[in-house]
Amino acid sequence: MNGWMQHLIVAPIVLPMIVSALMLSFNERRRSLKRVLSLATTAALIVIAVLLLWQADGRFDMGAADPSRTYPLGNWPAPFGIVLVADRLAALMLLVTSVLGFTALFYALARWDRSGPRFHVLFLLLLAGVNGAFLTGDIFNLFVFFEVLLAASYGLILHGSGAERTKASLHYITINIATSLLFLIGVALIYAVTGTLNMADLATRIPTVPAGDLMLLEAGAAILGVAFLVKSGIWPLSFWLPRTYAAAAPPVAAIFAIMTKVGIYIVLRLSSLLFGDAAGGAAGFADEWLIWAGFATMLFGTLGILATRTLTRVAGHYVLVSSGTLLAAIGIGGQALTAALLFYLVSSTLAVGALYLIIEPVERNTDEEDIIAGIAEPVFDDEYTGAVVGEESEIGVVIPGTIAILGGGFIFCTLLLAGLPPLSGFIAKLAIIDALFNDAVISPTAWILIALIILSGLATLISLTRAGIDLLWTPAEDSPARLSVIEVAPIGVLLAACLALMIGAGPLFRYMEATAAALADRSGYIDIVRRAPSAGETVP
Amino acid sequence: MEAVLSLAIGILTTSGLWLLFRPRTFQVVLGLSLLSYAVNLFIVAAGRMRTDAPPIIGKEAVDPALYADPVPQALVLTAIVISFATTALLLVVLLASRGLTGTDHVDGEEEDQ
Repeated sequence: MNGWMQHLIVAPIVLPMIVSALMLSFNERRRSLKRVLSLATTAALIVIAVLLLWQADGRFDMGAADPSRTYPLGNWPAPFGIVLVADRLAALMLLVTSVLGFTALFYALARWDRSGPRFHVLFLLLLAGVNGAFLTGDIFNLFVFFEVLLAASYGLILHGSGAERTKASLHYITINIATSLLFLIGVALIYAVTGTLNMADLATRIPTVPAGDLMLLEAGAAILGVAFLVKSGIWPLSFWLPRTYAAAAPPVAAIFAIMTKVGIYIVLRLSSLLFGDAAGGAAGFADEWLIWAGFATMLFGTLGILATRTLTRVAGHYVLVSSGTLLAAIGIGGQALTAALLFYLVSSTLAVGALYLIIEPVERNTDEEDIIAGIAEPVFDDEYTGAVVGEESEIGVVIPGTIAILGGGFIFCTLLLAGLPPLSGFIAKLAIIDALFNDAVISPTAWILIALIILSGLATLISLTRAGIDLLWTPAEDSPARLSVIEVAPIGVLLAACLALMIGAGPLFRYMEATAAALADRSGYIDIVRRAPSAGETVP
Repeated sequence: MEAVLSLAIGILTTSGLWLLFRPRTFQVVLGLSLLSYAVNLFIVAAGRMRTDAPPIIGKEAVDPALYADPVPQALVLTAIVISFATTALLLVVLLASRGLTGTDHVDGEEEDQ
């Protein structure tokens, strides 16, 4: 393992931070420079994520017992300093984030990055925060990265301004600040009981917690868990989500699709590492709660999908359904189910991202009164007026036949989200149901989950078909709205990524199964953090 | 000392929560500030109450029982900075919301309208 590869782990955090700091020093009018810089950064993040994924999968050094890599920040040894861990799960999440980030940013170049100042800076900081949250192996450092990504998301949700966005973001910011306080209370309680913040160290100490302190520990973990569950949109803490996501600018909403998954990722990581089977008295104390709260979230999301007429809100409720499915599946547990839910996580994140991006061009063709005023159209500040129409022809080739392209993309999205064959959404749901049927005795909760997965798919199909008929089968009185390649290409990339998921399902499932096995094996994670090499040492 | 600290945390939390559920944006901001003070005190309390004990240990080997736990104090510093910054940001959004909607109700519209 040579020198630069050792430092690669920290690149997904440091690179966007450096570039965004650099961009602050340019005038807002040097837009093309900022565009090139931020696009190059997100492209570089994809390359880094692929390298880390290969590394975590053991492509570079065959024979090592566990190819996951750790990185001690500031070169402090593991339980005392903060350590970054790039194992299979973290590398997978990094790749999903970078692909979604690249496409959302590319889409924003068409016009959305001009509807307010400092879009690129905030966008890169958001990516840095999300990447940090996936990589860190320390729960207080996790809090810091959560705040980084939340602070950037506050700026992004306000991007484009307007009354509706400001109202929605006031709620969003208030809820998230209150949630951060819950996060701190949970961390403080866990520290008070165990005396450590390092996740691997916590995993070794939790089984030895005396029975008298167990309740305090579980209370701390539950309060900490509530903080993540609010982020992932669990019912009844999810009423803010559809409205906030609907009010956000389309590329912002698309990248926000990963933010609920950050909460899911932490729940998966902590429940398997800290409260797995070997955790002594505290083992699996929250599983029942996760299962039933997940079911309630799925039911609420399904009803929301059927009840709303605005596409952006349908997408918001779909985010809830996918969160509920994942949380219930995490609660039920088991290696085969974990592998399946990881595949579902990747597929649904990319598909929802594509849906958020395609909604705005599809709705552009309808009459103005069909769109809720103030949401879909950006409000430009004085500094940025008049830029839209003039420059659109300069930066993108305008393509004909928009309805055919949009309709095709929309149908593709519908099939993915509803989980119809043959696309990756179907494979993901089939894998989950198959994993549930694997047990000798199928529990009632498994039956409920299967029923809810199928019902929510049906509701999505009904709702999106209805919206598609309303929006795409309208007689065109005027010529269809113009559509630039810059907007179509990222949607195409996301849908192509879903196609790749479908075609490469075999090798991908091998990766997911290895990830699930690594998650179930707590000692592996603890070992790699324990023997985290300091800088200058060679990796054993 | 323990009683004073727990009373302070309790009163701050109660007042903060009550203000948080009020309908005016400024009350909500004040409520969040009070809550963050309560949480900061709580983090200090999580490191065990010690008086007259320094948190920094010198180079020579000493008995750590004579010292206060430095980690919660470091955590509190981080938490104070972050909650201060986010509250400042929320104040800006509060002002923008007041300007755009013409009311200081958290929903951007008065209930009786």
